Amino acid sequence: MIHHRLVIIGGGSAGMAAAVKAYELGEKDILILEKNNYLGGILNQCIHNGFGLHEFKEELTGPEFMSRFSKQVNELGIKYRLNANVLSVTKEKVVTYSSEEDGLVSVQADAIILTTGCYERNAGAIQIAGDRPVGVYTAGQAQLYLNCYGYLVGKKVFILGSGDIGLIMARRMTLEGAKVLGVAELMPYSAGLNRNIVQCLQDFNIPLYLSHTVKEVRGKNRVEKVIIAKVDEKMQFIPGTEMEFDCDTLLLSVGLIPNNDLFNNLGIKFSKTRGAMVNQDMETEIPGIFSAGNVLHVHDLVDYVVSEAREAAVGAVKYLNKTTKHAGFTYEIKQGYGIGYVVPQVLNIDDASEKVSFKFRVAKPFKDIVINIKEGERLIKKIIKPAIVPSEMEIVYLPKELFQKEDHVITVSVEEKK
Amino acid sequence: MRELICINCPRGCRLKVDDDLNVTGNFCPRGAIYAKNELTHPVRTLTSTVKVQSVLERRLPVKSSEPLPKEKVFDAVKELDNVEMKAPVHIGDVVIANVCNTGVNIVATKNIEK
Ligand SMILES: Cc1cc2nc3c(=O)[nH]c(=O)nc-3n(C[C@H](O)[C@H](O)[C@H](O)COP(=O)(O)OP(=O)(O)OC[C@H]3O[C@@H](n4cnc5c(N)ncnc54)[C@H](O)[C@@H]3O)c2cc1C
Ligand code: SF4
Repeated sequence: MIHHRLVIIGGGSAGMAAAVKAYELGEKDILILEKNNYLGGILNQCIHNGFGLHEFKEELTGPEFMSRFSKQVNELGIKYRLNANVLSVTKEKVVTYSSEEDGLVSVQADAIILTTGCYERNAGAIQIAGDRPVGVYTAGQAQLYLNCYGYLVGKKVFILGSGDIGLIMARRMTLEGAKVLGVAELMPYSAGLNRNIVQCLQDFNIPLYLSHTVKEVRGKNRVEKVIIAKVDEKMQFIPGTEMEFDCDTLLLSVGLIPNNDLFNNLGIKFSKTRGAMVNQDMETEIPGIFSAGNVLHVHDLVDYVVSEAREAAVGAVKYLNKTTKHAGFTYEIKQGYGIGYVVPQVLNIDDASEKVSFKFRVAKPFKDIVINIKEGERLIKKIIKPAIVPSEMEIVYLPKELFQKEDHVITVSVEEKK
Repeated sequence: MRELICINCPRGCRLKVDDDLNVTGNFCPRGAIYAKNELTHPVRTLTSTVKVQSVLERRLPVKSSEPLPKEKVFDAVKELDNVEMKAPVHIGDVVIANVCNTGVNIVATKNIEK
């Protein structure tokens, strides 16, 4: 069997950033396996700008951002296989992939980083009544067709879900001559970033219907009509609030789900993010198997994907060099009131670097709050927030000294002002 | 007093601008520039694609090298329809110079070698 010390599965921004970091830390025996015939992952189709403000202090488009990483991968001579679809990963760290060129290949790894990104929730994942005509696409599919193949999926479009990809596509399709009739969002607040509401919807007078969802899709062969209605707090349709839109296309931008299929047979625990449960090194319950980027939890900022992938690379190199103890004082990190999730879920403080990162999202929008991070009852960090929404992930770096090994539970919670 | 959301980065600062164009609420200086522009002459960066002759790709992604006056964005997209590039193309290569007489270039945002 072929052997590599570090195998990285998925050559998107997370995979490339992890590889470069591990290489810089001295680990030269790396193999990246990527199922597409190019590196860069989802960024290839994200031709809009707004990437890399933190990483490069420049506002780049997706392809520009990813080409900086693929250039580094190539210049450092890091090995990668394209068209290599990974089929399985075992506890013993055997990674099996198939490719036309190589056939079916098993690689024994000493450490693995899983960076396989996420997939979009599609029509099957949400329940819509009515016909099943052609013309229902996920926003990401429409983005791929338009940006990579030059094919506009429809002329009169309605969008369900206010996720960022849907908003970006509302602008993109409008500029290409389509008419976007509106966006319906089930929740009373947007799932996408405020900047995208402004520059993708308001700029083109596209209405956003909050607390609305699609009730029915009609059409014999192709979509002809979409009917939306308002919902109450219990998410039940309110009679008499229906609105009809004549359109040929329904785009779905209703969420992204970590693409964890390869982890399903490992018997490891998953967290609320639907990614693997991990410690401060982005290491799963199996020592030496790591996860980072959208496969761990869905990110909206590639800069954070990159920094997380580097944390995983640091962890992997420590593991390979046998400097991780996997012992000592362990914390369980819990989400308290108002918090949707926190990454990581486990903190082995004796293995941690000088600064520990906590990434979290609130469960709903809040104004004028304090976010408290406590060890047991002791407050270790207080963050004041004038306004906070679930679409914006928060990240804090906590110096190691803040943790005093007194209580095994750390809680992140929202405190509302009285 | 006008309220705006800065679109320059995902932070999306909530800006307040008074009648003398004094800006508050911005986390960084870009927010103040954005607010002043937005109330005097709004600008937007355009990203799109053009046809490309290549064995690897069908479309070449492009962007405006600077933000364009907002009212010129649709005209600029029309000009892109008439362009066909040929591989090899590299990031930063000019696709259209001085698009719609704005003084701004449309440039490639991807390397396509063949
Ligand atoms: C449509 C969209 C728009 C976005 N817009 C912005 C933005 O404006 N600004 C911003 O900063 N961020 C944005 N993001 C967020 C951020 O850019 C992405 O989340 C980030 O690029 C994800 O990187 P990744 O490496 O985790 O995943 P991906 O880029 O998805 O990479 C995963 C890779 O794994 C490969 N893979 C999957 N399964 C296998 C397998 N079994 N075997 C081998 N390879 C496999 C895939 O082919 C892919 O190349 C956007 C994200 C999306 C989805
Ligand atoms: S003011 Fe600065 S930090 Fe705030 S959104 Fe604008 S660019 Fe981003």
